[in-house]
Amino acid sequence: MSDSHGAYFIPEPSRWPIVGTLALFLMFVGGGMVLNGYIGNGQYILGLGFLALVYLFYGWFKDVIDESISGKYNEQVDISFRWGMAWFIFSEVMFFAAFFGALFYTRVLAVPWLGGDSVTNIFLWPDFQAVWPLLTTPDMSVTGLESKYMAIKEVIPAWGIPAWNTAILLSSGATVTFAHWALKKGNRSALCWWLAATVLLGFIFVYLQASEYGHAYHELDLTLKSGVYGSTFFMLTGFHGFHVTMGATMLLVILIRSMKGHFSAHNHFAFEAVAWYWHFVDVVWLGLFIFVYWI
Amino acid sequence: MSEAVLHDDHHDHKPTGIGRWLFSTNHKDIGTMYLVFALIMFFVGGAMSMVIRAELFQPGMQYVDPQFYNSMVTVHALVMIFGALMPAGVGLANWMIPMMIGAPDMALPRMNNMSFWILPFAATLLISTFFMQGGAPAGGWTMYPPLILQLGDGLPYLVFAVHFLGVSSIMGAINIIATVFNMRAPGMTFMRLPLFVWTWIITAFLLIASMPVLAGAVTMLLTDKYFGTAFFDAAGGGDPLMFQHIFWFFGHPEVYILVLPAFGVISQIIPTFSRKPLFGYTSMVYATASIAFLSFFVWAHHMFTVGMPLTGELFFMYATMSIAVPTGVKIFNWMATMWKGSMTFETPMLFAIGVLFMFSIGGFSGLMMGITPVDFQYHDTYFIVAHFHYVIVPGIIFGLMGGIYFWLPKWTGNMYDEKLGKLHFWCSTISVNILFFPMHFIGLAGMPRRIPDYNVQFADWNVIISLGGVAFGLSQLILVWVVIKCVRGGEKAGDQVWEGAHGLEWTLPSPPPFHTFTTPPEVTDATAHS
Repeated sequence: MSDSHGAYFIPEPSRWPIVGTLALFLMFVGGGMVLNGYIGNGQYILGLGFLALVYLFYGWFKDVIDESISGKYNEQVDISFRWGMAWFIFSEVMFFAAFFGALFYTRVLAVPWLGGDSVTNIFLWPDFQAVWPLLTTPDMSVTGLESKYMAIKEVIPAWGIPAWNTAILLSSGATVTFAHWALKKGNRSALCWWLAATVLLGFIFVYLQASEYGHAYHELDLTLKSGVYGSTFFMLTGFHGFHVTMGATMLLVILIRSMKGHFSAHNHFAFEAVAWYWHFVDVVWLGLFIFVYWI
Repeated sequence: MSEAVLHDDHHDHKPTGIGRWLFSTNHKDIGTMYLVFALIMFFVGGAMSMVIRAELFQPGMQYVDPQFYNSMVTVHALVMIFGALMPAGVGLANWMIPMMIGAPDMALPRMNNMSFWILPFAATLLISTFFMQGGAPAGGWTMYPPLILQLGDGLPYLVFAVHFLGVSSIMGAINIIATVFNMRAPGMTFMRLPLFVWTWIITAFLLIASMPVLAGAVTMLLTDKYFGTAFFDAAGGGDPLMFQHIFWFFGHPEVYILVLPAFGVISQIIPTFSRKPLFGYTSMVYATASIAFLSFFVWAHHMFTVGMPLTGELFFMYATMSIAVPTGVKIFNWMATMWKGSMTFETPMLFAIGVLFMFSIGGFSGLMMGITPVDFQYHDTYFIVAHFHYVIVPGIIFGLMGGIYFWLPKWTGNMYDEKLGKLHFWCSTISVNILFFPMHFIGLAGMPRRIPDYNVQFADWNVIISLGGVAFGLSQLILVWVVIKCVRGGEKAGDQVWEGAHGLEWTLPSPPPFHTFTTPPEVTDATAHS
């Protein structure tokens, strides 16, 4: 599999990149068809793309794991992977920054302008009050129940489930660190137990978040369609929840690999990469808890 | 893949057939694919601009309806930016960075393959919108809501194409960072890196910081249209202007993503043909980094007329002006490099000098429109079109073409036809000025952008512009001819190719073997580029 020239590792030609490209292409084609209402065929293409993506992840990572276990990687490869993962996480940070930017812009500028002495306020929505959380949208202030944006009954308070979720994610950050310490000491059973605890906490978080969404949709009328509060709330927490799900799944894979004994005290970058990713979703959550739920 | 172990001893073993390209993990092959793809997209985008120029040849409506005209304007921009310019820059990076820093390949070769192969599929998504209900995107490449949300079935594909291209760019950028930070040969310190490598590291950081923001912005477009969110709808508490802010937070760094690699190329060419080291190497590095840093604080100069608070207008005006300082440092250094040099004027050098002159024209008109009150007159006129086309065509594209002539003998082992290269340069230079210079006049006189018809007072200049456009388009066929001729044969090139060339890439044979620097070279002050 490898073509190692002295100090360097260069992989042989691989079919995985083109499989990945095709998988994403199918998902985009199918997803676009579903959005445009060609439901029947679109769903199949989307599903096929998703299966291809799962196959891609399985196959590509299997190759990498095999190469790693058979000792083909040297320290330089390890460092390349570290640079890669670190800057991938930074690109994710910037993706969230776009949505946090949207939140700050609407709260600090757009909503106050709509409620201040702007022309939109004078001519279109004179009864609109600029408050945050924005329960009643400008459109709502004129058209009432006819509005395309539903009024929100109340928003989710910070000091209920969100506070518990904060505690859960923060302690999962601690447990993954304990797992790392155990790994460095070569204590595999402690590693597995702490990792299992982390995975469990991750999925509990996702479960609680999902039940909150149910509560918001069914009892609070807080939905994606409730104006800009609902838009920012669900897009931020939704993308975060998606990242937690991915992170927890990655941790699960790492748990299985730990049980198989793939990692040694000195060679375990896959573990560290996933731990970095987990801390990243943790930090994003803190931003969410403070700016979306709390203040 | 399992048989690969057998090939351990065959260092120059090339895979054969279509698999060589589909499954490639070789930076040279992937670089070639990038460059060929960019050239194809250059002609696809160019064909669209020919439709635009045909329609504008005379006042009145001639060949296309306004909707299709606007699709041409929109997709021409998207194809040229994401399909031609960026891939051409990445193609040069793929070919040259490993050879310049003494590495055997990119740090993450499989990801490199995926970065490339996404491009044709993303382009397919984008072009396929022409055949959908509602047609191709016609709201401008900036995709401002609410206009762009009126697009029909094409909208998800526009958004997904942008996502897809973003994935490709981010992976490419991560690869370049990992390569330069981790794969440099012993002794290749950062301040010994060729300037082309420096401009690409900085570009890579710009890509990683700005492409995800664009992905976020177009995601909000998608949810506004299909999931009832209100990011850009004032009736729901959002703000259509917010899209412009988020978009240009990406869009302005994007301008430097396009131009910095071209700056890097001419920073290699000018010292070579002046037979002098680059003047002010260190200040070049800092100037490039400053341009990149400042590019994150100037975005709203694209939006001076939308009704921002005065503080905002002033801040963005001064920030914009300040970018002229590091850019001026670079122009000064290039000129100082040529000063008292033993200069010769081969085709790459002609293109580099062309960049100095004509990029500066675009730079000066940029300074003019950076002045807020003055921009109120220029905004959305052909003066803007003249400005950014001067920056992009005789600035960026000439820089990249200079790079192609500069390195073509290294890549193919054959010298290109110098007479044809010079013919290409002079035809391009004359026609590009006929094409874009009069746009300044009609823009100042008030001709608006993105409108398929115009007042008869602009008719004469539009005839001249259209003729210049056709001439420029035809001139580019010379480039294709030169490249094909050079690949097929010609006078053999030596290792160093150019008398004044310094750096690791010129120590390799021309063409370089399939795998190069499989054992790292030792770099000293004497062998370093600068």
